[in-house]
Amino acid sequence: MEEIRLMKGNEAIAHAAIRYGCDGYFGYPITPQSEVLETLEALMPWETTGMVVVQAESEVAAINMVYGGAATGKAVMTSSSSPGVSLKQEGISYIAASSLPALILNVMRGGPGLGTIQPSQADYFQAVKGGGHGDYHLIVLAPSTVQEMADFVGLGFDLAFKYCNPSMILADGIVGQMMEKVVLPEQRPRRTDAEIREQCPWAATGREGRRKRNVVTSLELESDKMEIINNQLQAKYREIEANETRWEEIDTADADYLIISFGSVARISTKAKELAEDEGIKVGIIRPITLWPFPTEAIRKAAEGKKGILVVELNAGQMIEDVRLAVHDSLPVKHFGRMGGIIPSPSEIVTALKEKLIAQA
Amino acid sequence: MDIQDIIKPENKVYAAPELLEEVNMHYCPGCSHGVIHKLVAEVISELGIVERTVGVSPVGCAVFAYNYIDCDWIEAAHGRAPAIATAVNRLWPENVVFTYQGDGDMSAIGTAETIHAANRGENIVMIFVNNAIYGMTGGQMAPTTLLGQKTATSPYGRRVDLNGYPLEITNLLKELDGTCYVTRQSVHTPANVRKTKAALKKAFQNAIAKKGTSVVEVVSTCNSGWKMTPEKANEWMAQHMFEKYPLGDLKVSEN
Repeated sequence: MEEIRLMKGNEAIAHAAIRYGCDGYFGYPITPQSEVLETLEALMPWETTGMVVVQAESEVAAINMVYGGAATGKAVMTSSSSPGVSLKQEGISYIAASSLPALILNVMRGGPGLGTIQPSQADYFQAVKGGGHGDYHLIVLAPSTVQEMADFVGLGFDLAFKYCNPSMILADGIVGQMMEKVVLPEQRPRRTDAEIREQCPWAATGREGRRKRNVVTSLELESDKMEIINNQLQAKYREIEANETRWEEIDTADADYLIISFGSVARISTKAKELAEDEGIKVGIIRPITLWPFPTEAIRKAAEGKKGILVVELNAGQMIEDVRLAVHDSLPVKHFGRMGGIIPSPSEIVTALKEKLIAQA
Repeated sequence: MDIQDIIKPENKVYAAPELLEEVNMHYCPGCSHGVIHKLVAEVISELGIVERTVGVSPVGCAVFAYNYIDCDWIEAAHGRAPAIATAVNRLWPENVVFTYQGDGDMSAIGTAETIHAANRGENIVMIFVNNAIYGMTGGQMAPTTLLGQKTATSPYGRRVDLNGYPLEITNLLKELDGTCYVTRQSVHTPANVRKTKAALKKAFQNAIAKKGTSVVEVVSTCNSGWKMTPEKANEWMAQHMFEKYPLGDLKVSEN
């Protein structure tokens, strides 16, 4: 039954995971996302749905537990924050290389290094450009509300299983920590072992019902075969790009300027748009929802006839590179960002728009 | 008597293990892995558990174990096999899960995963092949390399002041409440092969009975890495390795 609750984004992730029918969560505490593991331990889903919850000895162990669970066809996930997600990169590369479905949540905090526990979006490059070694992509979803935190658990798992590819929810510390109203999805049953064997005929579940053994591996020493595997991965990525690009647009048709931002910053930008309009500046908003695949074509079309684009991020300028690739040099593209865990106000964004674009025109 | 009178089913005393693939192994002639693989295949077969067995292979010489033993496998990143086995054990509690790891995998890069999986008492079997050297990468020093032992990265012999002491990971695992059976065996004589098989069978039976973590260390040779003939390597192992890594059960839980 549909249920409206008030909770943190991190708590919504835990509730949504149980309700999706997730089979296993493996995590390690790190601020600002520890509520995911805490909420799961408090809800004791192993008593109700049978979901397994393990506090691992490290982020490295946790992502390898996810790799192991995913290799058996189970719907498994982990969550962490920036320094912990760096530790997981090796495992993520293995999961992607082995074409396994899994869900990874990064509630980003400021870096580099141990950095700060305040919000950030500085892991954009890591999430969308690979992160670990080798040529691979994650499907990267950027929630801007607690509702999307809940919804993207289901979407992330559905896409992961549709394409046999890991999905990442790339949230920032704001959306992880703030409380909002959220409609939780209905409880779905976990798949039975028989259903998993049927749905995932490649899974290392034990040979029951099969004569041939299943081996999940990313190792291939023969170069010609390894290139074929890489080509298969790339073909999958092109299919995902064609089918799964998601974004939100607000008033882009009549605008003179575009503000492009993702996650919680897109909401601040939307407020900035209202303030700008009070001053007679016509602004449209584009919010990429999938950071990979990136809404390149949508941005290119929306940018036609505009006077300039301001990319607003909680980093030194990362997504702006993909925006520039989308529009080439057809119009000015400027960046405004705060770092170290500082969140810009709407009026700061309007000032940046005026100083970096309007005053230069 | 004609040869056909001898080759009859009722006269058969030995056969290749049903679960061991008839392919050429990549292991060097004289290596212990082939014998240990054979024993694992026999034990899985004899216990009738192949349909619910999942092996986790390491990074190291045994990385291709999945090409030889005909059960389902997951290939781990270096050292992470116990974390992977943990997940399979928790998510498929009726399955039987084993890891097959070398000394670098188990007691260097994967020490944390090894200790914590055993400390949680995961119902898994850890097979630990200790040949005191990194075979796959060309004979570098391992955590278990003996003092004075020459390797590619200890060319004048392992020194305490530079390299510390040989790590007896199995002795550590014995102390953990999560382990139910910890034993150290070898496969250099027919008698030892039989003992190792019995140890493996006991370990797999423990996993079936969900008694906790079982660890079977097999002190092994790496004649290529040690730069010896297979025969000489067996002698060297008996003379030097068993002093530091004595054979026998380290822990056998009552229940």
